[in-house]
Amino acid sequence: MSISHDLVQKLPDGNGRFGPYGGSYVPEILVPALQELVINFTQAWGDPTFQQAYHELLETYVGRPTALTFANRLTEELGGAKIYLKREDLCHTGAHKINNTIGQILLARRMGKTRIIAETGAGQHGVATATVCAKFGMPCIVYMGAEDMERQHLNVMRMKLLGAEVRPAVSGSQTLKDATNEAIRDWVTNVRDTFYIIGSVVGPHPYPMMVRTLHEVIGNEVKSQLKQAEGRSLPDALVACVGGGSNAMGLFGPFLGDSSVQMFGVEASGEGLDGLHAATLTLGEPGVLHGAMSYLLQDAEGQISLAHSISAGLDYPGVGPEHSYLKDTGRVSYLTASDSEAIMGVKLLSSTEGIIPALETAHAIAALPSLVTQFPKDAVLVVNCSGRGDKDMGTISNYV
Amino acid sequence: MSSALANHILGVAASGEKALGVFVTSGFPTPAETLSILNAIDEGGADFIELGMPFSDPLAEGLPIQHSSKVALKAGITMKQTLETARKFTAGSKTPLVLMGYANPIVKYGLSNFFRDARSSGVQGVILPDVLPEQDSPFLLAARENGVDLINLIAPTTPEERIRFIDSISTGFVYAVSVTGVTGSDLGSKKPIQTYLKRAAEILGHNPLLVGFGIRSHADVVEMAEHTQGAIVGSALVAVIDALWEDGSLSSLDRLKGVKSFVHELKYGISHG
Ligand SMILES: Cc1ncc(COP(=O)(O)O)c(C=O)c1O
Repeated sequence: MSISHDLVQKLPDGNGRFGPYGGSYVPEILVPALQELVINFTQAWGDPTFQQAYHELLETYVGRPTALTFANRLTEELGGAKIYLKREDLCHTGAHKINNTIGQILLARRMGKTRIIAETGAGQHGVATATVCAKFGMPCIVYMGAEDMERQHLNVMRMKLLGAEVRPAVSGSQTLKDATNEAIRDWVTNVRDTFYIIGSVVGPHPYPMMVRTLHEVIGNEVKSQLKQAEGRSLPDALVACVGGGSNAMGLFGPFLGDSSVQMFGVEASGEGLDGLHAATLTLGEPGVLHGAMSYLLQDAEGQISLAHSISAGLDYPGVGPEHSYLKDTGRVSYLTASDSEAIMGVKLLSSTEGIIPALETAHAIAALPSLVTQFPKDAVLVVNCSGRGDKDMGTISNYV
Repeated sequence: MSSALANHILGVAASGEKALGVFVTSGFPTPAETLSILNAIDEGGADFIELGMPFSDPLAEGLPIQHSSKVALKAGITMKQTLETARKFTAGSKTPLVLMGYANPIVKYGLSNFFRDARSSGVQGVILPDVLPEQDSPFLLAARENGVDLINLIAPTTPEERIRFIDSISTGFVYAVSVTGVTGSDLGSKKPIQTYLKRAAEILGHNPLLVGFGIRSHADVVEMAEHTQGAIVGSALVAVIDALWEDGSLSSLDRLKGVKSFVHELKYGISHG
């Protein structure tokens, strides 16, 4: 098992910076807790006992490795490069999110923390956190925007069934941004016994690095699976949707040093780039939100703007700091897909491959028609199929 | 110690009093009323005033200041207006004024522009609870360049050597957060807070120490400031303002009188017409 390789070789630097991005912008109260987290995660990740527990749960509980599926009918339909799907939709709870929560709950237990908190937008990360808390018998509090609780009622029921307490965030816009504020305020108040499981590659150092590392199992599996399927471990391009950016970093991370591999992140342009959207990297500007410097949607006064996307998991005015760095350096290209293009993506993948993707994932699918034809037909593209669409059937049913 | 703010606080403490800092949100309840509220706080006897620069996502704030920020933003408060109010206040009063807010609006305004304009508005110090003290951080450099104190915070979780470091790069004063929590939190048992403050006061060598978060009354000020040069009150005043402005039977003069007498009571323990 190769371990801790990427912690030393890749960014962030010792201050948690990816170029000018990342860092820690938090109340002083949290400083010792974050330092403790850096030390404990680095030690745990290098500890074969921790690695074994993490990989065993990924195999026997989450169902890893997830399949790499050749999308032959989709490839034919689009008439370009060969498309493979990395099937994170097959993970327990229906999305990639659980790779991260498994790792963080193991860390929480190792650190002797007795109470788990999390934020959630669509409820996918909340469900993934409530699930591991049930599995380990730990109390779990999930903050969720009061408005999202109404929109994603089914996931609220799932979390409750799993034994979590779902607390409505009633401040601000009552969505993911505000749920994150509430979770941080809880952590500031209960920092001594509480572990905060963040749901994406966002937040203060070390979260962006830690969450990326816990998801890199995705890209690592792709390397060996592609070797089997195509006789080469490097694809020509990778494609993933970007909300906070965790499923994208999990896929991209292990390939960042392979310069022949092109990478495409797809953001939500909502109603369109001239309307309400969540295209943070495409139209935002650098600033500070939720503990890190990164691209943000903000107004002329530096107040955070409201994001919009049909997909609650992409409906966030910030983005992980590493993505900001990868955008500026040009290593990753960021594209957008609108609400209606995402619905088209759901229909396209469902009808050609028999896979109903999550609305988040559908944004990555929607980018394919114009992308695959830019490559020769023998080129290989891997798309992260980050989640399944069951949770979105209510929304999707308005369009079929 | 070359900070005028630090000298002012030490002067108050030397006279046997506790320095009282009072926080209010700029633009709350309306941008037009902030200047007269500042003047009422001043007349009430505050030794210095913290003017809050509203932010949409204030991580360190409890409900009263979250609410006041939201109201102020809805009323259209801008950074320029806040600085203009600061300028008008400091033109008419010797009471030191500091600004408190969050990183992003400052980053957006431009760090050097912000500290330059703060300085020219008569502002003596700036408190940014989500900017961590760091040697040669761009915030610190911009503050120093413009002669504005960058006031840093310590918390009950801060280890001794870090308190020493924070003291070494702060000017104006060091702000001790009373409890692990947000502004307006319950203080709970006061004994452990006093122990922590006593220890922190012993460690500090460069700055006065002031305590804040959850302090509501004159009795709290006296008790919490036993080992510090003074205390800061925020949420309690914001809640009082909220109640005064909700009461439709009061004239604006009555409301300002209410602010003044609340501050007077905080400072002296007796209300005052
Ligand atoms: C299936 C799925 N994909 C993607 C995302 C977006 O998050 P991230 O960008 O961190 O992968 C979510 C978030 O809820 C999700 O549920």
